[in-house]
Amino acid sequence: MDFHLSKTHLLQQQLFRTFAETEIRPLAKEMDENEAYDPALLAKLQKYGFLGIPYSREYGGAGADTLTYTLCMEEVSKVDASTGITISVHTSLCCSCINNYGTEEQKQKFLRPLLDGRQVGSFGLTETNAGSDVQGAQTVAVRDGDDWIINGSKIFTTNSGFADVCVVFAITDRTVPAAKGLTAFIVDLKNTPGVTVSENIERMGIRAASNCIVTYDHVRVTPDRVLGPVGRGFKIAMGALDCGRIGIAAQAVGIAQGALNEAIKYGKERKQFGKPINSFQNTQFKMAEMQTKIDAARLMTWRAALAEDNHENFGPLAAMAKLFASDVANEVCRFAVQAMGGYGYCREYPVERMLRDAKITEIYEGTSEVMKMVISGSMKLK
Amino acid sequence: MKIVVCIKQVPDTAEVKLDPRTGTLIREGVPSIINHDDKAGLEAALRLREQFGGTVTVVCMGPPQADIALREALAMGADDACLLSAREFGGSDTYATATVIAAALKKIGFDLVITGRQAIDGDTAQVGPQIAEQLHIPQVSYAEELRLEGDSVIVRRQFEDQAHLLKVKLPCLVTALSELCEARYMSTYGIVDAYKKEITVWGFEDLKNDLNPAWIGLKGSPTHVFQSFGKQAKAAGTRMTGLSADEAVAAIMDKLIERHII
Repeated sequence: MDFHLSKTHLLQQQLFRTFAETEIRPLAKEMDENEAYDPALLAKLQKYGFLGIPYSREYGGAGADTLTYTLCMEEVSKVDASTGITISVHTSLCCSCINNYGTEEQKQKFLRPLLDGRQVGSFGLTETNAGSDVQGAQTVAVRDGDDWIINGSKIFTTNSGFADVCVVFAITDRTVPAAKGLTAFIVDLKNTPGVTVSENIERMGIRAASNCIVTYDHVRVTPDRVLGPVGRGFKIAMGALDCGRIGIAAQAVGIAQGALNEAIKYGKERKQFGKPINSFQNTQFKMAEMQTKIDAARLMTWRAALAEDNHENFGPLAAMAKLFASDVANEVCRFAVQAMGGYGYCREYPVERMLRDAKITEIYEGTSEVMKMVISGSMKLK
Repeated sequence: MKIVVCIKQVPDTAEVKLDPRTGTLIREGVPSIINHDDKAGLEAALRLREQFGGTVTVVCMGPPQADIALREALAMGADDACLLSAREFGGSDTYATATVIAAALKKIGFDLVITGRQAIDGDTAQVGPQIAEQLHIPQVSYAEELRLEGDSVIVRRQFEDQAHLLKVKLPCLVTALSELCEARYMSTYGIVDAYKKEITVWGFEDLKNDLNPAWIGLKGSPTHVFQSFGKQAKAAGTRMTGLSADEAVAAIMDKLIERHII
C-alpha cells in the first residue's frame, strides 16, 4: 500500500493548482454574483483537457485515470466549487454513460466531441416528483416507427444552460417498475425542435454553475441515440451516479481545504488580544481537527477512485467518501466563517461563498440519506 | 525546422528566503520551476512549430531532479527532451555551462536555438550569448518579438528606451525575455504523454568528443563565487506625526522638491 502520488499525478496536480489559482480564483466571486459561468473560462478548461481526464485517448480523452480526475476536482473546487460541478457532471455523469454503454459508433460520434473539448455534456434524470425516488418519473418516450418521441420535463439539469448534449432518462415501459422501464437517450440540446431550457434556477450556492429545467415537448430522437438496451436506463443512471459521487467527494474535499486555507491565512494576520489569532491554542487545535478530517476524507476519496480504476466494486466506497467528505466540507466551512468572525461572514472574503457552496454536496448526486441506503445495502444487514 | 530550447530549473524565487546567518538561499522545501524567460522561449518555439512545422527539442543541464522540468516542457508540447547531467558538470560557471550545452547542441543539431535571457537564481544573462559564441553562430539577445521569414528570423531586441529590429540568418541563437510571449499551461493529455516519452540523458562520456575536461565543472570554471550575501535593507523612513492635512501635504511636497522628484 502506497499513499504517495506518482510523478504523473504530482505533475497533473501542479497543473490543476496553477490553473485554478491563476485562471479560476480571480473570477470566482464575480461569477457567483452574476450567477453565470464565464464562457472564456469554460473554453480554457476544454483547451487544456480538463473535460476528458479519465477517458481513453481512443475517444479523445486525456488517457489519465479517476485518481487524476479527483485531483482536478479538489484543486478547482478549492477556489470555486461551481467549476467543480461543471466538470463533474460533464465527466462523471454524461460521459461515463456513453463511455460505459455506448456502441463504438456512438462513442466516436457523441463521446469524442465531449472529451476532446468541442462540446459540453449534461445529465437529465431528476424530475419535480422524482428525486431520490426515481419511481416518480413522468418523462416518457414512445416509439414512432424506428424513432422515439420524448415528452416531459427534467429539473436541476446541471450544465444545461450551455451544454450541447444531454443524456436523458425517460420511461419507455409503464407496465413495469421504473427500475426496469427507464431508457437512456442522447439528446442534442441545441438543435433539437421541442427542447426548451429555462433560465438558471436561483440557488443558495454553486451559483455560477448552470442548472436549469429542460422541457421535452414531442422531441424526436433517432434510434442511433438510444443509449444501452431499452429498459436498462435505471442501471445506467445508477452506475453514472456511483462515478459521480467520487467527483462530488473530491469537490467536498476541495471546498473544505480551500476554506481552511483561507482561515489559516487570515488567522496569521488577524490580531486580537495583542497577537495573531492563530497563536491561540483554541484556534490551533480546531485547525488541527479540521485538517485531520479533511485528510481522512481525501484518503477515502482516493480509495474509491483507485477502486474504480482497478475495476473493483467501488459504489459503496464512493458513497462512504461522499457521505463523509460532504459532512466535513460543511463543518470546515462553518468553522472557517466562525474563525474569521464578521469578516468571514462578509462577501469580501470567499469563505461565506464556500459555506453556501458546501451545502449542496450533502444533497446532489444522492443525498447523505441515500448514501446511507447505498452503504447499508452493501453491509448484508438483513 | 529544428528548434532547440535551452531551459533551466530554478527555485521559485517567490518562495525563496535568505538564511539570516549565512546570507545564502534556503533551497530546502522550495518548489522548483522552469525559469520564466526560458518558458517564454519554449512557448515561442512551440508557436513557430505550429505555424511552420518542424520539431522542438528541449535541453536542460542540471541534476537528475531536473527531469521534472523537462517533463513539464514535454507536457506543454515539446517533441523530445535531453538532460545533461554528470558529476563532471557540477559547479560549472556560466562559461563552463555554455561549453557543455554547446557540445550537446552540436550533437543534437539545430536551425534555431532559443534560450531565456537570464535565470532568476543567477541573473547573469551570460549563458545564452556564450553558447552562441562557442557554436560560432549569430545571436540576438533580449528578444521581445520573434518571427520567421524564409531562412531568417526577425527579432525585436529590447533596450531601455528603444528597440532594434534585427534580421538574422539561420542558424542562430535568440535569448528570450519573458515578455516575448505568455506561456501556455501543460495539458492533462500532454502530461500523460510526457511520462510515456524517454528523456535522453547525456553525461560526460556521451559528449567527450567535443568536451575538454579542463574547461568544464568547478575546476574548469574561470569564475568562482567569492561570497554571496543579502542586500542591506534600506534605513527606516522619516516619520512625521501630529500634522494637519494641509501641513502633511506641505511637508510631503517639501520632501519631493528636496529630492528633485518634482
